Amino acid sequence: MKLITVAGPPSAGKTSVIIKTAEYLSKYKGKIGIVKFDCLSALDHRLYTEAGLTVVTGLSGNLCPDHYFVSNIDDCVQWGLEKGFDVLISESAGLCNRCAPHIKGVTAVCVVDCLSGVDTPQKIGPMLRYADIAVITKGDIVSQAEREVFAFRVRQANPKAAVMFVNGITGQGAYDLSFSFDEASEVTSLEGARLRFSIPAAICPYCVGETDIGVAHQKGNVKKMAFKEAVPNE
Amino acid sequence: MNNHLLKVPFGRLLQEHPYAGDYFRSIGLSWKDSLLTPAELIESVDEETMEDAGLSHEQMRTHFLEFMEQASALMKGSRRRLNSLTVIGGTDKNGRAENVELELRPGDIMCIVGPTGSGKSRLLADIECFAQKDTPTGRTILIDGKTPSQEERFRFENKLVAQLSQNMNFVVDLNAENFVAMHASSRMVVDIENTVAAVIECANELAGEKFERTTALTQLSGGQSRALMIADTALLSSSPIVLIDEIENAGIDRKKALDLLVKKEKIVLMSTHDPILALMGNRRIAISNGGISAVIETGEKEKENLSVLEAYDAKILSIRNMLRAGKKIDFGMEEFLGLAEKAL
Ligand SMILES: Nc1nc2c(ncn2[C@@H]2O[C@H](COP(=O)(O)OP(=O)(O)OP(=O)(O)O)[C@@H](O)[C@H]2O)c(=O)[nH]1
Ligand SMILES: [Zn+2]
Ligand SMILES: [Zn+2]
Repeated sequence: MKLITVAGPPSAGKTSVIIKTAEYLSKYKGKIGIVKFDCLSALDHRLYTEAGLTVVTGLSGNLCPDHYFVSNIDDCVQWGLEKGFDVLISESAGLCNRCAPHIKGVTAVCVVDCLSGVDTPQKIGPMLRYADIAVITKGDIVSQAEREVFAFRVRQANPKAAVMFVNGITGQGAYDLSFSFDEASEVTSLEGARLRFSIPAAICPYCVGETDIGVAHQKGNVKKMAFKEAVPNE
Repeated sequence: MNNHLLKVPFGRLLQEHPYAGDYFRSIGLSWKDSLLTPAELIESVDEETMEDAGLSHEQMRTHFLEFMEQASALMKGSRRRLNSLTVIGGTDKNGRAENVELELRPGDIMCIVGPTGSGKSRLLADIECFAQKDTPTGRTILIDGKTPSQEERFRFENKLVAQLSQNMNFVVDLNAENFVAMHASSRMVVDIENTVAAVIECANELAGEKFERTTALTQLSGGQSRALMIADTALLSSSPIVLIDEIENAGIDRKKALDLLVKKEKIVLMSTHDPILALMGNRRIAISNGGISAVIETGEKEKENLSVLEAYDAKILSIRNMLRAGKKIDFGMEEFLGLAEKAL
């Protein structure tokens, strides 16, 4: 079974892109399964089932969604194999722009949207920097010049990635993307596999339920701000 | 890969590759010493800063080299020549064969006509992705008479198609000048100052009402922003094929706009309902029921009629200008439009 991880900021168009791409994939690749990772509630399963795709949702609740992802992705692979999928796609919203669910040897996609501004590509960390494919959505809403600038900035953030435009509504460009999905390698287990980049450390009292503020409660992994004031034009 | 670039001091590197600093600036790194090399700059970043930026030293090195390679390819490839674009028909919605094979060359204008929803946009989309019998229409698109390579089809760097869409919603908060400059720098243009001046001057020639270099994009009228985008595409975009989803009549000299694209040796495909635009090309494609139903040569009589329509259009335009200038439109309209004789 081929595995693909799709990540991107909230509302970037991940679900739309996956659905349009799956339309092509299912034509020549067979059965497709989806795993949607979210923290609180996710309504995407409706969109997926409407599109005729089998989907499970994982809600991380009060855990960091990406920690939750890593602890569960191998089980997802086992589920996918049992169901006999040919392709399994995981969708997760990178909430802190620092996390990335990308795994070495597994095709990694980052979805970003043109409307989020030309500086956004620089602000997204490993999720974009370590992706194999950067998909840009909502190009229909901006001008050709803005599309070109945005693509350039994406390429600046990750010169190694293939950059593609996909329209999540009309599906334009989804064929191109399905073609790249096809190159994903087969997995049977992620036991022993590695993440491409470490997930932010998060061991402090607040992680385990502390709500009081104050020095006395700042233990474990504490990082303090350096108050360096910005100088104009620097 | 060209590893030695890592060891060239910034002073010399920037002389040869003015864009080399962009990569580092984009991740918030700066340097003051012109003798410093990229390798040294990367090495000087401590582990924690790297971690915060979501990068590693090794990755930064390879990304920088990759960026330099793509930038130079972008500069070289920015004048990609194309000799022909061929559209080979597929089928319409009922599976009826289109039976067409069309060849377009630089400077050609091809209009696409047909009712709303008939499939005009689908044809543009087929061309955009260089369909190889793998879209719903089953059409095939050839580049210079050949099947494009996967590389040509799917890599954005090699995109041969620019698309001027109907909606011009600028989401950047910039003025006209800074916007064009930003585009120019992402296209590795060396002389940004003159390029910006040329694009804005050209846009003003196309737009009915002039705008300033410092006008904010959000203040531009529909016609002005269209004009700016057409000028920008003609002068700055490297794509030899331009797809246009209708140029509205409002405040833009459409003939000049098309002439400009033709002069720049673009292949222009334009879906339209407008008789003047439709007759401006040498041929037009008629679409119905999702398929190409006819390819019509613009005939002699049609060309004659085009001049009549243009004269008529010019008159409407002059009335618009009178309105704008605060004049009254209370003269003999039938006579003005040359309808007087018939009215008698
Ligand atoms: N105009 C336009 N809208 C788009 C495009 N792609 C997605 N959208 C719209 O953007 C909104 C968000 O799309 P989703 O696919 O739900 O985004 P998501 O990334 O899956 O969102 P979450 O899972 O909630 O993080 C929807 O209303 C889509 O219809 C596009 O290419 N163009
Ligand atoms: Zn989603
Ligand atoms: Zn914590």
